[in-house]
Amino acid sequence: MSELNINSKVQEMLERSEQNAKNSEKTFVRPEDEVREVVAPDGSIIKINPLYDYFSGERPKEEKPKNAIVEKFLNWARSESIWVLGFGTGCGSIEIPPLVTPRYDMFRFGVQMRPTPRQSNAFIISGYLSVKTLKRVIRSYEQMPSPKYVIALGSCTINGGMYYDSYSTINRLDKYIPVDVYIAGCMPRPEALLAGFGKLKELIKEGKAEKANEYARNFDEYKANQKKIIKDWNMPDYNW
Amino acid sequence: MKELVEKLNTKYALQDIIYQRDNMVFATISKELVIEAITYMRDYEGFAHFVMMSCADWIEDNKFQLTYILNNPQQRCDVALRVMIERENPTMTSAHHLWKQVWTYQREIREAFGIQFPGSPRVEENFVLEGWTDKPHMLRDFDTHEYAEKTYFPRGGRTTNDPATYMREKLYPNQPVTAKKNKNVE
Amino acid sequence: MNIYVKIAYTFLGLMIVLNWGMLMRVTFRKIGARMAGRHGVPFRQPWIDLIKNIAVRTTLTHGVMFYLGPVFRFSGAVGLFLFMPILFGKEAWMNFSFEGDLVLILYFQLFGMLGMALGAGEGGQPHSAIGISRGLAQHAAVELPMTMGIIALAIQYQTLSISEIVAAQQGGFLHWSFFTNPVASAAIMLSALGAFGYSPFNLVKAPNEIPIGPPTEYHGTYLGVLMTSGNILGVMETILFMNLVFGGATNWFELIIKSFLIYFYAVFVGMVFPRFRIEQSVAWFFKIPLLLGFIAILMYSF
Repeated sequence: MSELNINSKVQEMLERSEQNAKNSEKTFVRPEDEVREVVAPDGSIIKINPLYDYFSGERPKEEKPKNAIVEKFLNWARSESIWVLGFGTGCGSIEIPPLVTPRYDMFRFGVQMRPTPRQSNAFIISGYLSVKTLKRVIRSYEQMPSPKYVIALGSCTINGGMYYDSYSTINRLDKYIPVDVYIAGCMPRPEALLAGFGKLKELIKEGKAEKANEYARNFDEYKANQKKIIKDWNMPDYNW
Repeated sequence: MKELVEKLNTKYALQDIIYQRDNMVFATISKELVIEAITYMRDYEGFAHFVMMSCADWIEDNKFQLTYILNNPQQRCDVALRVMIERENPTMTSAHHLWKQVWTYQREIREAFGIQFPGSPRVEENFVLEGWTDKPHMLRDFDTHEYAEKTYFPRGGRTTNDPATYMREKLYPNQPVTAKKNKNVE
Repeated sequence: MNIYVKIAYTFLGLMIVLNWGMLMRVTFRKIGARMAGRHGVPFRQPWIDLIKNIAVRTTLTHGVMFYLGPVFRFSGAVGLFLFMPILFGKEAWMNFSFEGDLVLILYFQLFGMLGMALGAGEGGQPHSAIGISRGLAQHAAVELPMTMGIIALAIQYQTLSISEIVAAQQGGFLHWSFFTNPVASAAIMLSALGAFGYSPFNLVKAPNEIPIGPPTEYHGTYLGVLMTSGNILGVMETILFMNLVFGGATNWFELIIKSFLIYFYAVFVGMVFPRFRIEQSVAWFFKIPLLLGFIAILMYSF
């Protein structure tokens, strides 16, 4: 072991942590996201704000269903083809893998897993949700194309469950993102999850699963709740 | 082991020496001497492995206890050195130059208990929480329930039932009680 | 034949090929499910998925090339259809095949992949970029032995026209290239495994690799177009191999039987063998298939 010699990398880190300590107003902006001035190739100086320049600043819009008969047919297709985002947040994520096994086999009901939020339209919040995970959940949820559905699995998403007094997990999911179907229990078994999918299908067929529009309608309210607990908000307001 | 403790005792004036096992000893040492002691143990006594560093909040004594546990891989013995530091404006000399993993322990302790380690690299960065602005969450006077009620949106009407009694009342009201009663439940 | 009738036949053929591709795809998924002991998706699933993808309301774009990616892939698939004689001897189903269409078809195989590379690069998602670079590496490794085998066939039959290659194989199964030129056929059929993109060579687009590879950013209608062109491509690849190696088809029944068997040759290999990493699959194609391709060419050069 090399004794006591602090290499240049450590020195650099030391300087950075000292600097952080100096401007200790909690701004939580990563160095690469800071507002800065850049010299363009032609010599002019441009001011850039990465969080707003690199992303679309547009707000989500309500996308109303158009023709009733066509929409009924499309809703039937949507209900028979539910693509679930593979994102496990809490202990409930261990209840999802059994669904692809021979015993439960969710493919029978047209439910499939997708690896990317862009291609999925159902989001299972599986169990407790810490504030740190909530930030990622919001990012993923907003990246999903509308119409999108949220299934809240387990008591933790309803009233906090056994983590109701924890300083780092949220209590009510529906204050942060709109929820279509709740599945109560701690933990619900895969059968309950299949029943939840059945309920979601009914809702979609009746045209009641328009929560993405609700999110767009009450956007300011949801954002205020999210920003209340996510103090290091270093992402754009809506992640297109 | 005994000789080592004797040697350390004469050099660094240990207190409260407790032999947990034949090859494990706990001792309290003063705040000024601990870094010197672990440096000496690492360099001369073969305690090359830093096992862990932990913190406890003795709110009644108004103290924090830091514990440094070191291991000697050749002789297979552990020495744990306890340090009591003041709870007001807690600051501790950093040991980051001895082992690199100490950085992470110190970063964790700074986030969870608010103890400052001046000079420790990356100690200001987030450890598990992101954007935490309240007081350190592992302090015993930090009320997590109150914090959760204030910050998140508690849903009213929480009740709890003992599963065994509840099921018996709801599902089998006429069944005689055969199972042993859980003595933890009134 | 009147050009309008020809266009009508082309659209009809595209529809048949698309639906046949979807049916084969869902059968593949069914077989996979049955091997795992599951029921698997219902047979209508791909059609529903397609409708649902087109019905997605949000459509995002990352720029012009992002639109063009699926369009390139679709035109690659349709181009493959347009210049391929589907049924030998039926004027309506010879499509627009001409002398030298083999070269064009070889080019169209690569065309879709290039379009995906452009679109995936514009999407800005790092996973797409990694996926497409893997895809192109594997595609290059697949193309080399396959092209060698096809050139060997071209030397054997002294033509670059698929219809003439099919014509030369008529008159009983012993006239098929599979029996007259087994070395070139082996090179083609081994590299066909890579062209179909099933396991062991499905690292590029497998959903459980770095999320799904090139189409990571594609959603809604884009994905619908990609799915459609993927299904057409699957059938057209089988018809290409059927024409080159297995004597083509003279009626729809023969086509369905032959393309089904060729497709499921790739599927069953995939069911049995686990997935290769990209460097493994490139190395695999550069060993035996490439060697066979070399031998096939050398045999007809001397």
